[in-house]
Amino acid sequence: MTPSADLAVVGAGPAGLAAAVTAADRGLRVVLLDAGERPGGQIHRHAAGQAHPPSLHGRRHFAPRARRLAAHRRAGRVTHLPAHHVWTVVPHDGADGAWALHAVAGPDEAPATVHARTVLLATGAYERHLPFPGWTLPGVVGAGGAQALLKSGLVLPGRRVVVAGSGPLLLAVAGSLAAAGARVPAVVEAADYTAYASGLPTLLRNPGKLAEAALHGGTLLRHAARLLTRHAVTAAHGTTRVEAVTVTRLDRDWRPVPGTSRRVPCDALAVGHGLVPQLELATGLGCATRRTPDDTPALVVDADQATTVPGVWAAGETGGVGGADLALTEGEIAADAIAHALRGTPRDPRRTAALTRRRARLRAFADTMAAAHRPGPGWTGWLDDTTEVCRCEEVTAGRVREAVADLGAHDARTVKLLTRAGMGWCQGRMCGQAVARLAGEPPAPDRRPLSCPVPLGHLAAPPTTDPTDRGARA
Amino acid sequence: MIVGAGVVGAACAYYAARAGLSVAVVDRGPVAGGTTGAGEGNLLVSDKEAGAELDLALLSTRLWRELAEALPPRDAIEYEPKGGLVVASDGTALTALRALAAGQRAAGVTAHEVAPGELARLEPGLAPGLAGGVHYPQDAQVQPARAAAALLRAARRMGAAVRLGEEVTAVLTGPDGTVRGVRTPRGDLRAPAVVNAAGTWGGHVAALAGTRLPVMPRRGFVLVTEPLPPGFVRHKVYAADYVADVASGSADLQSSAVVEGTPAGPVLIGATRERVGFDRTLSTEALHRLAARAVALFPALERVHAIRAYCGFRPYLPDHLPAIGPDPRVPGLHHACGHEGAGIGLAPATAVLVTAALTGAEPPVPAAPFRPDRFTP
Ligand SMILES: Cc1cc2nc3c(=O)[nH]c(=O)nc-3n(C[C@H](O)[C@H](O)[C@H](O)COP(=O)(O)OP(=O)(O)OC[C@H]3O[C@@H](n4cnc5c(N)ncnc54)[C@H](O)[C@@H]3O)c2cc1C
Ligand SMILES: Cc1cc2nc3c(=O)[nH]c(=O)nc-3n(C[C@H](O)[C@H](O)[C@H](O)COP(=O)(O)OP(=O)(O)OC[C@H]3O[C@@H](n4cnc5c(N)ncnc54)[C@H](O)[C@@H]3O)c2cc1C
Repeated sequence: MTPSADLAVVGAGPAGLAAAVTAADRGLRVVLLDAGERPGGQIHRHAAGQAHPPSLHGRRHFAPRARRLAAHRRAGRVTHLPAHHVWTVVPHDGADGAWALHAVAGPDEAPATVHARTVLLATGAYERHLPFPGWTLPGVVGAGGAQALLKSGLVLPGRRVVVAGSGPLLLAVAGSLAAAGARVPAVVEAADYTAYASGLPTLLRNPGKLAEAALHGGTLLRHAARLLTRHAVTAAHGTTRVEAVTVTRLDRDWRPVPGTSRRVPCDALAVGHGLVPQLELATGLGCATRRTPDDTPALVVDADQATTVPGVWAAGETGGVGGADLALTEGEIAADAIAHALRGTPRDPRRTAALTRRRARLRAFADTMAAAHRPGPGWTGWLDDTTEVCRCEEVTAGRVREAVADLGAHDARTVKLLTRAGMGWCQGRMCGQAVARLAGEPPAPDRRPLSCPVPLGHLAAPPTTDPTDRGARA
Repeated sequence: MIVGAGVVGAACAYYAARAGLSVAVVDRGPVAGGTTGAGEGNLLVSDKEAGAELDLALLSTRLWRELAEALPPRDAIEYEPKGGLVVASDGTALTALRALAAGQRAAGVTAHEVAPGELARLEPGLAPGLAGGVHYPQDAQVQPARAAAALLRAARRMGAAVRLGEEVTAVLTGPDGTVRGVRTPRGDLRAPAVVNAAGTWGGHVAALAGTRLPVMPRRGFVLVTEPLPPGFVRHKVYAADYVADVASGSADLQSSAVVEGTPAGPVLIGATRERVGFDRTLSTEALHRLAARAVALFPALERVHAIRAYCGFRPYLPDHLPAIGPDPRVPGLHHACGHEGAGIGLAPATAVLVTAALTGAEPPVPAAPFRPDRFTP
């Protein structure tokens, strides 16, 4: 049997896309799988029928890579499998590669298995949510989710949208909402941007980032949005839908300062507290993790983007949230390294040095930002005992606190066992971060042996064929 | 001094405190952080042949029913006396199942044979064409982690000290070899009796006390589905071949799928049994077998999604019986570990035996088959 692929890339965001086309440039046979319909990942999400996302970044970075992808597909060097959600990667004992990737494919949920000699995990990140009273009201949406909806050419979450939480994404979201015609009465940021001051040297070495921030700022100013740092939305009000939010000042630890609350009317709230790397495929393989400066688990990778498991590489947000430019850079480094490891393809030392410098600069900046936006322990002061923490299983903060104080739970896993928090459909993606912090520990790396729901019929059927063996070109 | 805050250690703490002993529990992790948190909570008499383990299980069945009433608040342990239904796919399996049930009845188990035509009345979703089955009304269910936590909380209310997040690094002995307590990084904890309730790690704690107990891990995977409407699966349903798996000593992957609904809606399918050490890597083969057997029993499951899978490591001893009671080789050391796939079910009866040994009371069932020194080196 011939090997089906030299490299399987999971995730077609900036990191995976850059890696796939670069690896194909170097002569590797690549399979690119993504849960989404179109390449681009989170940042380059775009509407069906659009050739590329309308943003500047999209024109400059996404469009040329998408063209290269198309050329490689036509030449048979890349097999692109969109709408393939990989639910596990396992070692595979066979002539056709060292790894088997099992996926649920397409709207009819067909089973698919891909074999490859190496794997690159570029599965990106998901949004961190911290609960507060009223966050389950209709009209309260994730900040990143609102952004994604806008980019897919869909609707605004409301006409008067408060943007809240923490992290640089908030400014981007507020800018997009304003540009799309919404009123943004306030951007409410829990951290203090002066915290960046200590990272000023890093900022100054990242002129691109400054320009970006200024751009967001400019859009915001034009639309008369107010940026409130060291403030949080500590409650949302309304009966059938959000009608107003309470905005409260925070101390350094994110504890609400008594007597500083005020109500801001709105008909939607876009809220998010930064991003969390999506790691379950990697932890399932045994890849080691580290903690980023905001206490979030991310993969340990070496100078070549190799994880601690031989044959498995990672790029982009999986190695720590750092934005699209870093993801692109890491994807290219990983592809060069994999081509070198498999084929001995020589690496251009000047290119490698330049990419490595760029990565170091962007990573340092990401670390500065992460430290500044790290959730302070005082956020739990927003919760009352009746606030729902786990929405799937309807578990309140009071029940989580009881499990911790009274029943001997010290970590998120035990809280989950005792209360069912995190056992529902989303498998703790929504509440895991909050539950861990309520249990008094920094969140542990994701463990989800099944990355997405899998029909039992798949599991029950005999092992399936490899779509790349059939020469399938999606 | 009880080492281990799994369901067995928690039950020992509860019964020992209730008997008036002064009790402390120490665990390196949280409550139920070991195998108890990975168990399914089946309290089964149906899967055990007549013998010492079945006697223990029958006693436990009664004790769990009492505990469901005694442990506040109501529903603290999610006790459900839902009953088990064991089905046979063909005549051969049915013959074996009948023989098993006859022996069990003689030992005091309630077991009603169910004709093929009657199966659908008990379980409307079952596949057609089965040869028959046996209904075991005594089979029941608890939520293992909640049960351990509730037992421990009740023990604490009776005065037991609970020290979580403290690892036992040594068992202290006097000059004559008698146990004096345990050592943790936070200091020495003195006690004239130490109970080894360290589950799969019981062999390690025995070694700390200078003796040998060959407890080994036996891995099991469980599949959890998306929530289904109530009544989709009403009992604990499994195929008769499960009984053969449990008693097998082979290292190979064996699977039988106990399929059951839960109050929250998801259906649990478990569990496989294989001896691979402490390897947590997902076994697609194990999931395949669980799913295949579950779909064979309930064809409608084919289109249902598995949303979660997890694994744990059962503590097993070579003869598949637990080690319960004083260790004659180390005075003051008691064992309560090695319950393999039945530790949740057997926890209260184990605790009653251990408490009887500690207080010098007469044990309600013979303890001899569980002697910890029965394994020759
Ligand atoms: C909701 C959201 C909105 C964002 N909006 C912006 C924004 O507006 N501006 C900005 O600068 N940054 C934004 N970001 C940050 C952005 O994600 C990163 O900067 C950048 O996209 C990271 O690139 P990546 O390749 O590492 O990951 P991503 O772009 O996240 O790509 C990961 C890809 O992997 C796929 N994937 C994940 N798991 C699997 C699996 N198991 N099987 C198959 N495919 C899988 C996903 O479908 C996705 O396409 C957003 C992030 C999120 C989560
Ligand atoms: C997939 C699966 C399904 C199962 N299903 C069932 C079922 O349906 N019904 C049933 O009855 N049983 C079932 N079991 C078996 C059951 O889970 C176990 O028999 C039972 O949980 C064992 O409990 P325990 O208290 O002895 O061990 P554990 O729960 O493992 O507790 C031992 C404790 O000792 C602690 N410990 C170990 N060493 C030290 C040390 N040096 N210092 C301090 N603390 C230490 C550990 O941290 C741990 O918390 C299942 C098991 C698995 C894996």
